[in-house]
Amino acid sequence: MRRYLQLLWIQLRASLATAMQYRVNFIIDGVMSLWWMIWTLVPLAIVFGGRDSVANWSFPEALLVAAFFTVLRGIIEGAINPSLATTGDRIRTGTLHFVLVKPADGQFLVSTSQFAPWKVVDILAGVVMAVIAFDRLGRWPSALDLLLCLVLLAASTLVIYSLWVLVICAAFWVVRLENLAYLFSSIFDAARWPLDIFRGWWRIIFTFVIPLGLMTTYPARAILGKLDAQTALAALAGSLAIATLSRMVWLTALRRYTSASS
Amino acid sequence: MRRIVRAFPTLLRIGFAEAVAYRAEFVIWMLTTTMPLVMLALWTAVAREGPFGRFTQADFVAYYLAALIVRTLSSSWVVWEMNQEIRMGTLSLRLVRPMHPFVSYTASHLAAIPLRGAVALPIAVILLLTVGNHVASDPVVIALLPLVVLSAWILAFVAGTAMGSLGMLMERSIAVWEIWMGLFAVMSGYLVPLELMPRWLATAAEWLPFRYLLGFPVEAIIGMADRAAVLRGLGIQWLMIGAATLISAAVWRAGLRRFEAYGA
Repeated sequence: MRRYLQLLWIQLRASLATAMQYRVNFIIDGVMSLWWMIWTLVPLAIVFGGRDSVANWSFPEALLVAAFFTVLRGIIEGAINPSLATTGDRIRTGTLHFVLVKPADGQFLVSTSQFAPWKVVDILAGVVMAVIAFDRLGRWPSALDLLLCLVLLAASTLVIYSLWVLVICAAFWVVRLENLAYLFSSIFDAARWPLDIFRGWWRIIFTFVIPLGLMTTYPARAILGKLDAQTALAALAGSLAIATLSRMVWLTALRRYTSASS
Repeated sequence: MRRIVRAFPTLLRIGFAEAVAYRAEFVIWMLTTTMPLVMLALWTAVAREGPFGRFTQADFVAYYLAALIVRTLSSSWVVWEMNQEIRMGTLSLRLVRPMHPFVSYTASHLAAIPLRGAVALPIAVILLLTVGNHVASDPVVIALLPLVVLSAWILAFVAGTAMGSLGMLMERSIAVWEIWMGLFAVMSGYLVPLELMPRWLATAAEWLPFRYLLGFPVEAIIGMADRAAVLRGLGIQWLMIGAATLISAAVWRAGLRRFEAYGA
């Protein structure tokens, strides 16, 4: 365990060093984050300019969902995307072998190989949005609700990461998948809205197939104290299940990879 | 010029063959245009209790389905292509050919239109079947619709080549494109119909090119723009295409000097 923490630290430091070299990028990325935040807020402001509530969500509550969306997008683009996006290329060109021969878990090495530290700006922007939302609500969450919300956000990250690993595993079978990554992020865009605006089979898809609802709506409900324990437990169990599944698929895919090329 | 005219059909054939060869990627690329559907879900939820502005639920359905069609037909990925080729140096391959690279880009993008049409057609059928009484009924407007969408395509493409050429002048030219896309999303009516936006934003949108890439064609399709408005919009589209062409040519020329200076 300690060895892995050390490894994580080394990889993080390497990414930080790289990021420091391109300081101008920090400014560009910062501006871009603010830019996309406004982008998120414009429709929200217009909708709630004409309505008090939509699908039983008031403006501050919907703002919370948008805040969690921004935080999660920061995590995805800062910690998950950069390393996993290059894995597809490694699989295609065979350089994944250089990773696999190292004396540590392959999945760990692959998923920590690169970070984009500047994306912290996104996470901060999301936190600011959440604070504004609670300021508007005029009350602050209880410690327990906050804790549950953080646990659920961690579970969301786990789910996103696992889905990504599953996408990567597809690269062992189909060769090119840059577009698949785009598809993933464009679908994730739907998570900026509360799940309740979707009806019928949309909601079923966004709850069970691509659990967007679980990612942003449940944490928002949790921090508002509107999530019952049963749903929370189900969400946690679901995220653990998908994490296990992705790990198993990764191991299977890896066995196939090694036997095919060496 | 005559050489280009002779070569063009071949370029189109190559472009079409490429589009067919990478059809799976193409379909996935098209599927990434989910935003109008998400906005559709949102706005129908909003309009469930009653119309928003003058938009009823059916109006929103017509608006976003039309937006999906226009986006499918007229978006352009030429920036990505140029950016990649400039960074990898493979642009040189296009430069040694005896015609302007913009010609070959144009051909390959034009050639993808049949496939894009194949994606857009079912959406158009759904649009007509579900909210058929919310589309343009003026025969002149209907006759002008293909031209309006084509003009939007040309404007997007030319603006794309301008930003793509920037790649020769600056390292992170893709950031310019991202800013452009952010502006596009808000100012074109892609996320929210321009009519529903605050007055000052809607006025600003009148003067920016983004509205003429999406919002204006969509309004024409769903019959929210009358004959005069459509003709006026077409005029503005072509003024902007003219301006964008000049900018694109200037950036290209300036960039090419830099690019050649690399020794490529």
